[in-house]
Amino acid sequence: MKPAEPAASSAPLLEVKGLRKHFPISEGLLIGRKIGEVKAVDGVDFTIRRGETLGLVGESGCGKTTTGRCILRLERPTAGEIRYNGLDIATLKGRPLLELRRRIQVIFQDPYSSLNPRMKVGQIIAEPIRAHGIERDRARRAARVHELLSVCDLDPAFADRYPHEMSGGQRQRVGIARALALEPEFIVCDEAVSALDVSIQAQIINLLEDLRERFHLTYLFIAHDLSVVRHICHRVAVMYLGRIVELADCDQLFDNPQHPYTQALLAAVPVPDPEVERRRAFRPLVGEVPSTINPPSGCTFHPRCPIAVSACRQARPELRELRPRHWVACGQVDWPFERHEFAGIRSPPKRAVPPPPNKEAGTQQHEQNGRIRWDRGLGCRRLVLLRR
Amino acid sequence: MTMISQDAAAPLVADEAGGLHRRSLPARFLDFIRHQPLGTVGIVMVGIVLVAGIGADWIAPYDPTANDFAAMMQSPSWAHLLGTDQFGRDILSRIIYGARTALIVGLSTAMIGGAGGLLLGVASAYFGGRLDLLVQRALDVLMAFPLIIMALAVVAAFGTGVRNVIIALTIPLIPRCARVVRSSALAIREVPYVDAARACGFSHSRIILRHMVPNVVAPFLIVVTAAVGQAILAEAALSYLGLGVQEPVPDWGLMLQGGAEEYAVTAPWIAIFPGLAIMLAVFGVNIFGDALRDALDPKLRER
Repeated sequence: MKPAEPAASSAPLLEVKGLRKHFPISEGLLIGRKIGEVKAVDGVDFTIRRGETLGLVGESGCGKTTTGRCILRLERPTAGEIRYNGLDIATLKGRPLLELRRRIQVIFQDPYSSLNPRMKVGQIIAEPIRAHGIERDRARRAARVHELLSVCDLDPAFADRYPHEMSGGQRQRVGIARALALEPEFIVCDEAVSALDVSIQAQIINLLEDLRERFHLTYLFIAHDLSVVRHICHRVAVMYLGRIVELADCDQLFDNPQHPYTQALLAAVPVPDPEVERRRAFRPLVGEVPSTINPPSGCTFHPRCPIAVSACRQARPELRELRPRHWVACGQVDWPFERHEFAGIRSPPKRAVPPPPNKEAGTQQHEQNGRIRWDRGLGCRRLVLLRR
Repeated sequence: MTMISQDAAAPLVADEAGGLHRRSLPARFLDFIRHQPLGTVGIVMVGIVLVAGIGADWIAPYDPTANDFAAMMQSPSWAHLLGTDQFGRDILSRIIYGARTALIVGLSTAMIGGAGGLLLGVASAYFGGRLDLLVQRALDVLMAFPLIIMALAVVAAFGTGVRNVIIALTIPLIPRCARVVRSSALAIREVPYVDAARACGFSHSRIILRHMVPNVVAPFLIVVTAAVGQAILAEAALSYLGLGVQEPVPDWGLMLQGGAEEYAVTAPWIAIFPGLAIMLAVFGVNIFGDALRDALDPKLRER
């Protein structure tokens, strides 16, 4: 069931404005000389309202994890503002940063490497409570650990275990319990279910939803599994090469994707029906993801975009609110919205009327242009493209 | 559903596991002997050296410095189990007392040098950047000197004696230990639980001491136990060269000097037994270190 949407009027808890994170590439032994930079995040804007779950999707290397790490302040942003409750946390230091750490927590992707193998589960969960001096009494701290374990549907007896004595799903629950230990308001779920079995995924997602309602949490849900995102998120932002290309309410984005990249991304999701799958007409994306060291000019998507015109090479399109609450960074798509089937990319606008979807032609085209293969990184089937 | 059924079964398993962890000391010791036969040999050897070193005053049959000119260069007999040297001193007694010197030098070198190298290595990896660069280049300079040359230079500067030998052997140990520790710490630095610790707002010292140090213990123990052996060996070498411990303090390296060389053919026991003592002590310490590493890893521990 779809989670209840928070009131539209609620104030933004987190506002990200023009966030940039560039990693320098330096050369030389003692005094590094900068020879370039990886623009992992290159101007990202979004807001998250209290109680909301914002999905951040995109392929590997698009900067979604780096965005999350900047918000967690595990990375220092190169530029931009991150306002949490109105306070700019992008440059926070010392005590105020420590205070912030109690408010914002993280759940990691890999349940195996996110827990210290030398500590027992009880110690792992108790440590934040102890380090922040929240509960100094040992017995009460143990009681709190047991409570947190039960909240995450784990037996309190697990406190005496080492992480390697538990299954992946159980370990992920420990990771969630640790994140809850400081009673945060905001949790960054960095691919929190990607490493789990599908059956366990569903349980963890349900747990996350329950916790959100119970403790009034707000999530930034970073993922590449679109079906999971559709299930859990209220709004979804699609990232490509360090920028957001489309941001809309979840159903709106999935039912009515506007940006050509979003359309291609959604078209790559397989339909669980071989008949439909066979009949789908594909216009696959051409080429590879460009390098973030030297991104294309103008709209970074233009080399692969089926509807690009020469203007796309010049100016970088800003996010525009095409319709209330539906933002798109593309100069070519425009009002009025068309409802697209999951038929892949729209035809170039040069042709006044797109050719009618011809079953035969569609199949041929897809055979000419590429093959569909299982993509482990994306967690779904994807077109593997041959150059035209 | 899978999850729920696992959870339902959990109390039993957890109690069992918890019970195992809280087993009595003798039971755990027997466990250790069963799983680490070689380690047990190492423990016995290290134990013998420890007992000899600590209890030398009660165990040794003779005064290690007393000359008995009526019994010079005697071959092993019931009166002198390992024979006597050219001054009539009982070799067994001197080896037992020599264990004390070897232990003091070996253990304090390994502890001081090991701790210094551990902290320097982990901190260097954790903070990274310019600090890492500077620390590593400084260690490179220290590493450029061979151990014995470095030790010779320190002894030449500060003079001989047990304390100065310890200093001389500690300085070259620090960069060797720091280098090994740093390389594992660099890998640990990137692991998400360190990120999680940072996100929880832990202090640098807490992250270094509680999250990184325990996870670099395996390579660290190998280096440190090897260092105990190496220190015993280097100390013997320094003493043999006349730059370490001075007569009449009983010392294995010293025992190989002088009479041992002169009478190697006519009275070989003077050289053989201290040499054996050095060899067995170093060997014991090394296999003990291997076993200790396995015993301290919760993943390799018997469940």
